[in-house]
Amino acid sequence: MLGRWLEKLVAHGRVLSLILLGLMGALVLADILLPPDYVRFPWDGIGGFAAILGFAGCVFFIAVAKGLGTLLLYQNEDYYGEQHEHEPPPAERGRHD
Amino acid sequence: MNHRQPSGDAMIEWLHPALVLLLGAGLLPLLPSAVRKAWLVLVPLAGLGVIFSLSPGEFGRIEFLGMPLVTGRVDELSLVFAYVFGIILVIGMTFALHLKDTVQHVAALAYAGSALGAVLAGDLVTLYVFWELMVITSVWLIWRRGTDVSYLSGMRYLVIHALGGVLLLAGVIVYYQTTGSIAFDQIERSSVAFHLILVAFLINAAVPPLHAWLSDAYPEATITGAVFMSALTTKTAVYVLMRGYAGVEVLMWMGAIMTWYGVIYAVLANDIRRILAYHIISQVGYMVCAVGMGTTLALNGAAAHAFTHILYKALLFMGAGAVIYMTGKSKLSELGGLYRTMPWTFLLFMIGAVSISGFPLFSGFVSKTIIIEAAAVDGRGLVYLMLLTAGAGTFLSIGLKLAWFTFLDHDAGLRPREAPPHMLIAMGLAAAFCFLIGIVPGPLYALLPAPIDYDAWTLAHVLKELQLLLFTGLAFFLLLRFVGGKPKIALDVDWLYRGGGRRLTAAIRDRVQATNRSAREQFMAALVLWMARVKKRHGRDGKLARTWPTGSMAFWVAVLLASLLVFGIRQH
Repeated sequence: MLGRWLEKLVAHGRVLSLILLGLMGALVLADILLPPDYVRFPWDGIGGFAAILGFAGCVFFIAVAKGLGTLLLYQNEDYYGEQHEHEPPPAERGRHD
Repeated sequence: MNHRQPSGDAMIEWLHPALVLLLGAGLLPLLPSAVRKAWLVLVPLAGLGVIFSLSPGEFGRIEFLGMPLVTGRVDELSLVFAYVFGIILVIGMTFALHLKDTVQHVAALAYAGSALGAVLAGDLVTLYVFWELMVITSVWLIWRRGTDVSYLSGMRYLVIHALGGVLLLAGVIVYYQTTGSIAFDQIERSSVAFHLILVAFLINAAVPPLHAWLSDAYPEATITGAVFMSALTTKTAVYVLMRGYAGVEVLMWMGAIMTWYGVIYAVLANDIRRILAYHIISQVGYMVCAVGMGTTLALNGAAAHAFTHILYKALLFMGAGAVIYMTGKSKLSELGGLYRTMPWTFLLFMIGAVSISGFPLFSGFVSKTIIIEAAAVDGRGLVYLMLLTAGAGTFLSIGLKLAWFTFLDHDAGLRPREAPPHMLIAMGLAAAFCFLIGIVPGPLYALLPAPIDYDAWTLAHVLKELQLLLFTGLAFFLLLRFVGGKPKIALDVDWLYRGGGRRLTAAIRDRVQATNRSAREQFMAALVLWMARVKKRHGRDGKLARTWPTGSMAFWVAVLLASLLVFGIRQH
């Protein structure tokens, strides 16, 4: 039953995302219009600061991670030469001579 | 404080919950297999009952080699952890009910018992004993996966924690030598024991660069074992840090960096439980950071966050475990579209995902924001921003990436059945806690070590958190094609001891060999050249060795005389 409900939601994904975008706009608007509860940091008075931080933070994390991955960290899955099943290990890797 | 002597009466009044669990674990293999399942429900419930009957005080005093041990220190701080350990044991055992592997059940019960023993330990020697017991029981939860990878991973886990144990033991000995006491309270900075014990604690708290055992081993553990592991080891470490190292400022920065470290590696990870493992590091970062701040509000935040974290992280590990159990696959690049056939698992997983992300209505919102608020009250702007942004990263990896590519996105063609009822019940229990704590945080706040004057449910908090998370979602969907799981692994610090160090050594060796060889060759070539030259001059037919005709001799004599004549004339 829950499955059918979810199917319906997914089928209306476009409408849902539009509603969500509208809600997000309303949130930012509310944040701009409402006076801040407290001003402890310079950014506390800026309306929609958290929205900017969320968006920029997400882009930042993806960019940094993918940059590091591509330049340095990504390796093939058999890099360490360990098998998930009981298989004979591949010929020893990493010997250069 | 209620100091009691270990008289007969006190022994009856005081029952150590760890003892209940360890006894339960010990008896399990002796029982006929028909009643084992009931035993697996009864023992955790009995343990939980004993935990809830604990009242503050110091119990279970034993004299050992002239040292007064306190096996049961029950106070506000240890109780928070004891309660949640008890709860998660019941939930985790429910999740593991299908399992016929007695070794794993014994290991899990004994592991939870040891974690309780460590949290209730009033002195460093008792702490050390349970600390080590946790390692040797939990490693079986990795090994019983039965693959070669899990065996090797478990060995690395064991070695790293053995190292941590040795450091702790050394620290305790030095501490005893310098202070004459083994009481476990705030550790004075005066001696080297401070640093030895700190490093041991930081290993278990998975603080980078000492964290790699976690992201290495947890994804290779058994499906049910990882649930216990995600709850117990790192949170015991958070507890001991709160007890011994509150207000040590370096921890604040370490914690803030941890929150980002976990997030960045989670973006790279492809294995669903590795993503979750990196987010343990990220979430424990919040707690370590709070311990470093050391204010009352921050410490309350650390305790509250540990409590909620254990519940939602176990829920997430159960969700991921159910997916692996039903599909046999654990990589994002091989999963997709599971919401059709596993809708309940999806729904319950999402409750964990929104909880860890700190969505209003769910538990992370009422605990994580305490720590962020503590940073703000302290006027620590950079830490505040780092923690807030890490929250966006958490939602990015778990609420969006993991959920999207496992349950939604394209149809990977997998048609597993829904997870079995006992798994759904266990996940449902954890999800209920996540939701209830989120909407009614009062009872959790009442458990915290100190009275707390904090209201999560203000309009400003809700607005801030919703904006942060929803706009993270926007960025995620705009960058969707970059964030999917890649069939790759991302090297981490464990590279150093997983062949990387060997490769580095081999590379240096090869370079030295090559340099040596080329130097020898150049030298030999020079030598050969020189030999040839000598041979040319002095050899059989060399200029200086051949037989000269008389004419040439007469010529040279003439030259000699001529030169004498010239120089002779000049001299006069």
